Amino acid sequence: MHMADALLSPAVGAALWIGTLGTIAFCSKKLKDSMDEKMVPLMGVLGAFIFAAQMINFTIPGTGSSGHLGGGMILAIILGPYAAFIVMASVLTVQAFFFADGGLLALGSNIWNLGIYPSFIVYPLIYKAIVKADSSPKRIAVASVLSGVVALQLGAFSVVMETMLSGRSELPFGTFVLLMQPVHLAIGLVEGFVTAGVINFVRSARPEIIDSTLSTRPLSAEVPLRKIFAGLLLFAVMTGGILSWFASKNPDGLEWSIEKIVGRPELPEAGHGIAPALKSVQERTAILPDYNFRKPGEAAKTGPKSWPAPDPGTSVSGIVGSAMVLAAVLLIGALIRAFRGRTKRTP
Amino acid sequence: MITFDKAYFNLGYLDTLSYRETFVHRLDPRAKLIATVLFIVTVVSFPKYEVTGLLPFFLFPVLVFSLGDIPVMFILKKVLFVSSFAVFIGIFNPLLDRQTAYSAFGFSVSGGWISFFSIMLKFFLTITSGLLLIAVTSFPGICSAMQKMGMPEIFVSQLLFLYRYLFVLTEEVMRVVRARDMRSFGKKGRGITPFTSLVGTLFLRTVERAEKVYQAMLSRGFGGRLHAVKPYHFRAADAFFLAAAAVLLCLFRMYNVVGMAGRLSSGIF
Repeated sequence: MHMADALLSPAVGAALWIGTLGTIAFCSKKLKDSMDEKMVPLMGVLGAFIFAAQMINFTIPGTGSSGHLGGGMILAIILGPYAAFIVMASVLTVQAFFFADGGLLALGSNIWNLGIYPSFIVYPLIYKAIVKADSSPKRIAVASVLSGVVALQLGAFSVVMETMLSGRSELPFGTFVLLMQPVHLAIGLVEGFVTAGVINFVRSARPEIIDSTLSTRPLSAEVPLRKIFAGLLLFAVMTGGILSWFASKNPDGLEWSIEKIVGRPELPEAGHGIAPALKSVQERTAILPDYNFRKPGEAAKTGPKSWPAPDPGTSVSGIVGSAMVLAAVLLIGALIRAFRGRTKRTP
Repeated sequence: MITFDKAYFNLGYLDTLSYRETFVHRLDPRAKLIATVLFIVTVVSFPKYEVTGLLPFFLFPVLVFSLGDIPVMFILKKVLFVSSFAVFIGIFNPLLDRQTAYSAFGFSVSGGWISFFSIMLKFFLTITSGLLLIAVTSFPGICSAMQKMGMPEIFVSQLLFLYRYLFVLTEEVMRVVRARDMRSFGKKGRGITPFTSLVGTLFLRTVERAEKVYQAMLSRGFGGRLHAVKPYHFRAADAFFLAAAAVLLCLFRMYNVVGMAGRLSSGIF
């Protein structure tokens, strides 16, 4: 469920990057104060471990499909929230660069969706609330499954929110939520079972690894409850604010305002222009109210007024222009290749 | 879906590409990182129904491909194989937005197809530029650029550490996965329980390895921070590259290049 650059608007992508960078800075400061240097290689190698483990696919019994590990909860349980977040962020960064999962602008959102929720919401509020130092494996299993499900539900819902706010997709909010949440319920259950299995396995083989996190780093001493509540309140206000946009009568308002901020400036040749059909299409649709949320059936009703009469002449010039630009781009590439090839061969 | 071995091979190959010696490779990582970010933001900033405005931006990947001597097919295959959430979500646009936006010569195109095509173009451009950045810069280079631009040191050394052990651990995991796939007759294991003990065993080995790594680092005088080997300097060429990229991006964003080419052609013919 990696968010993708192509579905994001710059404003949404930047906002989540700011949140993510702030959290990285906060965690780094926390770790700098408290961490012993033995943690440095442990975190690094564990990051590589999660990265490699995510590449293993396994068959999910009874479904025929295959799944893979996410690892956010395993990290939080073993390393505690701050180190877990840093490790998860590093894993996602390397994935974004090497596997192009999502892209670089979307990386901020992906770290937010897959890193913040397990480390700072689910781990302290759900897992720690259920599991104590002497909890039975069954209790750990229940807590892990619940945590896995909640973390992925929050992540999936954020993906919906980010896509909706960016306004690049045509999907209505309700459909999108119904599409994402059940799928991630299944993924979350699998993630939870795997987390439970791994934690219990490690606990039976090397109990000191897990118990040390539980006993030496009680969250209450580290993070005052006040801060958690402040964070939750902020989260609630943000969600509320975002939701109210969607409840409002003009849901495209946000896209419209984003376009106003970052959109294309006044074109010098706008009047006697080029491919004007396409451009006026895009200008009109941007301010068309309720556009994003229109159902397919209503499309016909609003039909004639919004689209300009197509003009074959301008479309020809648009198509020819596109072809010329692409040809020029490819020609430049081919020329450089040819030139480089010659300079390589001659000496 | 690509196999584990293939994914691992791609990882290593992308890494080796970044050690070539070309003009693009020699640029300061900071300049390339900033230019890439500017490029992505500019591409993504185009509104929903923009198609023609995105075409001139293909110049940038083409330039990097050719100047940086990067194999085109390798990157294109990676872009195609990428698990694409964008395609999955974008494909709903043509289904939901059926209003005719554009018609000529008896063909009509709905608004949904235009916005879907726009998403695909943006997807291709942004993903390609990210992969190209790593192919011409190297991951440690990007890490040092991030550190110089103010990324906290702990996060940067975490990235470098992860990257260093990535290949070691992935190779180990690859052997385990091969053995598992053979025992389960080519299927991907036998369910969740064996998978968890597999991951658990790998985890324990990882922790033991981390302890050994730590001992080795201590005996080499590790004091809590990693040092970059290759120092970079921001030279005039880097400043020129960055300025040229920024100016071109602005021009392509503000002026309709395709339209101008179209008018030019109608003037000629």
